[in-house]
Amino acid sequence: MTPFTKARTGRALTYVLVTAIALAIAVPVAWVLFASVKRKGEFYGSPWALPEGLHLQNYVDAFVGARMGQYFFTSLLVTVLGLVFVVAVSVPAAYVIARYEFRGRSLVEVALLAGLFVNVNYIVVPIFLMLVDWDRALVDVLPGGFFIDNPGVLSLVYAATSIPFTVYLLTAYFRSIPADYEEAAALDGASRFQIMTRVMLPMARPALTTVILFNFLAYWNDFIIALTLLPGEGKTLQVGLLNLMTAQKAAADYGRLYAGMVIVIVPVLILYALIQRRLIEGMAAGGVKG
Amino acid sequence: MAGPAARRRGSGPFVLACLLPALVLFVLFMIVPTVNVFRMSFYTWSGFSPDMRFVGLDNFVRLLDDTQFVRAFQNTVALLVVVTVVTMGMGLFLAAIMTRQRLRGRTLYRFVLYVPSVLSVVVIAAIFSALYDQENGLINGTLRLLSLDGLRQVWLGDQDIVLWSLAIAMVWQSLGYYMVLYMSGMASIPEEVYEASALDGASAGRQFFAVTLPLIWQNLRTTLTFFVMSAVNLSFVLVRAMTGGGPDGSSEVLLSYMYKQAYTNSSYGYGMAIGVVIFAFSFLVSLLVSRATRREPLQF
Repeated sequence: MTPFTKARTGRALTYVLVTAIALAIAVPVAWVLFASVKRKGEFYGSPWALPEGLHLQNYVDAFVGARMGQYFFTSLLVTVLGLVFVVAVSVPAAYVIARYEFRGRSLVEVALLAGLFVNVNYIVVPIFLMLVDWDRALVDVLPGGFFIDNPGVLSLVYAATSIPFTVYLLTAYFRSIPADYEEAAALDGASRFQIMTRVMLPMARPALTTVILFNFLAYWNDFIIALTLLPGEGKTLQVGLLNLMTAQKAAADYGRLYAGMVIVIVPVLILYALIQRRLIEGMAAGGVKG
Repeated sequence: MAGPAARRRGSGPFVLACLLPALVLFVLFMIVPTVNVFRMSFYTWSGFSPDMRFVGLDNFVRLLDDTQFVRAFQNTVALLVVVTVVTMGMGLFLAAIMTRQRLRGRTLYRFVLYVPSVLSVVVIAAIFSALYDQENGLINGTLRLLSLDGLRQVWLGDQDIVLWSLAIAMVWQSLGYYMVLYMSGMASIPEEVYEASALDGASAGRQFFAVTLPLIWQNLRTTLTFFVMSAVNLSFVLVRAMTGGGPDGSSEVLLSYMYKQAYTNSSYGYGMAIGVVIFAFSFLVSLLVSRATRREPLQF
């Protein structure tokens, strides 16, 4: 073989290999999408057969019968609330850590840094027991309980567990912004609060976007905390899907499960496709900004 | 450096107001529970009854004789080693050919490979349960179609196979993430370095080991820590959603065993002792790996 043909076969092989790996990722996801519109009988034929038609009854079953519609809104509520909480408490904290000198600042920084290494999986049991304790203490006032099965409390816990990461990222970004803007605003008579919200916050938009995206994925995709803190009827989408999986094992009701999976996957895929585009545009724009 | 505001007087109330909400949440839902994990590991407690007894290190001593715990430990280590080696190898290889060979359609490949990183673990567990389904799953269904019934397996129900089935799911989930990380490291290596080594007659393979690997070494070390974390945590959520530790404890990992003890078995203190061991284990492994891979940082 000449070096030229050798290089070409090498290149062709590379394409085959990379394409095979990409297919190994894409095919299972696509397979679920197709399977979600199949009729019950079709699941017993060839797994590679395309759906005979759009059997949308699966989606009705999942949305209504398996309550995925209701769970969808719980997930949405918890995620949005969690994002609101985490941004509301982390932006001011990150700002003063970046810009003000106060006693105990290094202690706060070290504690938050250590918090980056605490994984939720370890501490969700103590959190659960603590909330049960609080409910027990309040049993005379609120006999129905307050802290367990409360989406608001769940989103507070979400916010709390992502404070270390969020503050860390925002602090670094605030530090990279020159102080000139704040000095100018202060000369114009802006208050501390106005400087933070009107001057610094708009400039921190790129970091804020990153933080919101990552936290969105973390909250939306979580199931361990949701499973523990919402044991009652009001579940999140991920926990609902887990229940569908268990139910399917008993009843072999594939269509409903696959439709449920698609309901969980699609919002995230759409968001991901949007970020991806933005990412590439951002890289192109980055050449101008430097 | 602190900005101009720091030197102005009377900033105390403002600083406090800004800091307090975040600190309260952080202390309440992260510091206190973490301290509780360590504290409770010295007690026996069912979790709900007021009956709580200090037993010192008894919980830890009991662990040594607990064969199920030992098995969960072995499974975690096995997953850690296999998944790290396979994912890292494949991720590096893919990243290298994507950046060096300038494949056409790179963005599409990257888009597809990164998809699993945005999916939830429950979804991944559901996808793989569908692939592995004994009768009508994609794998066994395909094998039946090809009349290769002899190769059909009970992917999640066979004690000898279940751990491998989990490992495949873990690699599938994280491959794209690590590839993107390595790609960003490799993208920062200047082209001249490669041109110079090409003039010296280095082949693409030789360049990979002599140029690429040393120059992204720090990048690699960081990901090793991520691998330790994900072997412990991702394996747990997958096990929890896919196998529940079965069949007969053969896919139990450390965190899933901790949960079983803490909830199902109501040995809360014992469960927390397992938590402490996992914590110490992942910390020590990360530290050792980081020590063992320390090199002088290379400059371009």
